[in-house]
Amino acid sequence: MDTLKILIVDDESGIRSGVMRSLQHHVVSYPFMDEDFNFELIEAATGEEAIKILESTMPDIMLLDNKLPGIQGTDVLEYVKNKQYEIVVAMITSYASLDIAVKATGGGAFDFISKPFTPAELKASIDNIVKQLYLRRITRKLKDEGKKTRYQFLTILSHEMKAPLNALEGYLKMMKERQAGDDMSAYDIMIERSLNRISGMRYLIMNLLDFSKLRMGKKKENLKKINLNQLAKDAMITVQPLAIQKSIEIFLHSNKELNLTAYQENFELIFNNLLSNAVKYNKDGGRVDISVREEKNNIVIEVEDTGIGMTKEETNELFKEFVRIKNKKTKNITGSGLGLSIVKKVVDDYQGIINVESIPDQGSTFIIQIPKPLKTE
Amino acid sequence: MAKKILLVDDDPDFLYQTKLQLEKFGFEVISADSQLEAEEILLKVKPDLAILDLMMESEDSGFILSYKLRHKYPDVPIIIATAVSAETGIFFGLESDEEKKWINADLYLEKGITAEQLNKEISKLLKL
Repeated sequence: MDTLKILIVDDESGIRSGVMRSLQHHVVSYPFMDEDFNFELIEAATGEEAIKILESTMPDIMLLDNKLPGIQGTDVLEYVKNKQYEIVVAMITSYASLDIAVKATGGGAFDFISKPFTPAELKASIDNIVKQLYLRRITRKLKDEGKKTRYQFLTILSHEMKAPLNALEGYLKMMKERQAGDDMSAYDIMIERSLNRISGMRYLIMNLLDFSKLRMGKKKENLKKINLNQLAKDAMITVQPLAIQKSIEIFLHSNKELNLTAYQENFELIFNNLLSNAVKYNKDGGRVDISVREEKNNIVIEVEDTGIGMTKEETNELFKEFVRIKNKKTKNITGSGLGLSIVKKVVDDYQGIINVESIPDQGSTFIIQIPKPLKTE
Repeated sequence: MAKKILLVDDDPDFLYQTKLQLEKFGFEVISADSQLEAEEILLKVKPDLAILDLMMESEDSGFILSYKLRHKYPDVPIIIATAVSAETGIFFGLESDEEKKWINADLYLEKGITAEQLNKEISKLLKL
């Protein structure tokens, strides 16, 4: 139970006590709200008194009579608006005057209660106000969380982009000042490391582009018939150069052609990311097995490698943005820490699940299950 | 005897470059690429000064390490070096005493400062 403060501003004491009686035991509950609300009531006989109360105890709701002895209800309303106080205001008006209604609505009044009113009418109005208040709070909370997430993302992103630049700058300065002497071969390691950082930066940029594509949302006209077997083969060709360097063989297992209607770039992202990881984090001479199949009502994509594997703690962190598993074995492997978080987002979009099974030094298997028919909303 | 500096950073290039530069200024450098490795080193070695990165295994590894180091060797000066800066809106300047107490470091440095600047700051902290 949460208690909301209601300030009643009316010069007629009869109205004030009527409102108090009607609301002191009133409880508002909606099925979508986590908790119920009851009320604490505060009275003010004039607009001046109301403002004094606003400054000391901030109410959540204000029931405001327009016709007051000193300053008018609409003046109090304007005060609230100028101060940007987050109070839901309902005007109490003795007769439905269009003038006041227009002015008050412009001033931020949420509701009108016309005098005389019955306790039932008052309660109905309060219920409505509470709903409004609740939704406003939820919306604000979600917005704040969204802002925070974006902010964190940008902070980490700028860190991730600056780190390789700093490294490159450092090496170039060392070379410029001939810090290792005049023999060019002394700088080989610096050049090698610089190239490594550049390729890491390229990964990051490519992944960011993928990321923004996901964010742009999906257009129905881009939905098309895709063949998963073919997309898997395309991805195999894409990673082929790296696989050859490390003498890794890639096999595709599938007993039938899987055709579905989906966004092609989503599945390209899945295959490309999982496959390039399976090669990158593999041992020289290892193998990668891809399986594409149908199981009950699911499309299953499985990518198994014979690579360095991960501990349980490491797999728990794996799908978070910018998380890269850092240990001796991954030290010289470049990546952005975004690939798997992108894959997870895509899978989530189709209401599927992604799991990983891994044994350190033996390998990892990533398994994606997506329910059929595909959710393409 | 050369002063011992513990240098902790998960960026191998920063480690390599900074180590080289510090050695040129005559320091002995023990490097670690994670909070964990640094903690293991601290069990055996007491450095004369420590330079810590902020974001390593977790985004506040540097602070945790700084806290532990301060606890074990209260007299070892600590520099936190990071690329997270004013541009991103997050700024850890050690202005007030309260901030210093909380962050537990003697100096906060932006990565990318010159080797000479770094040397100057270290000499100040070591009262050389």
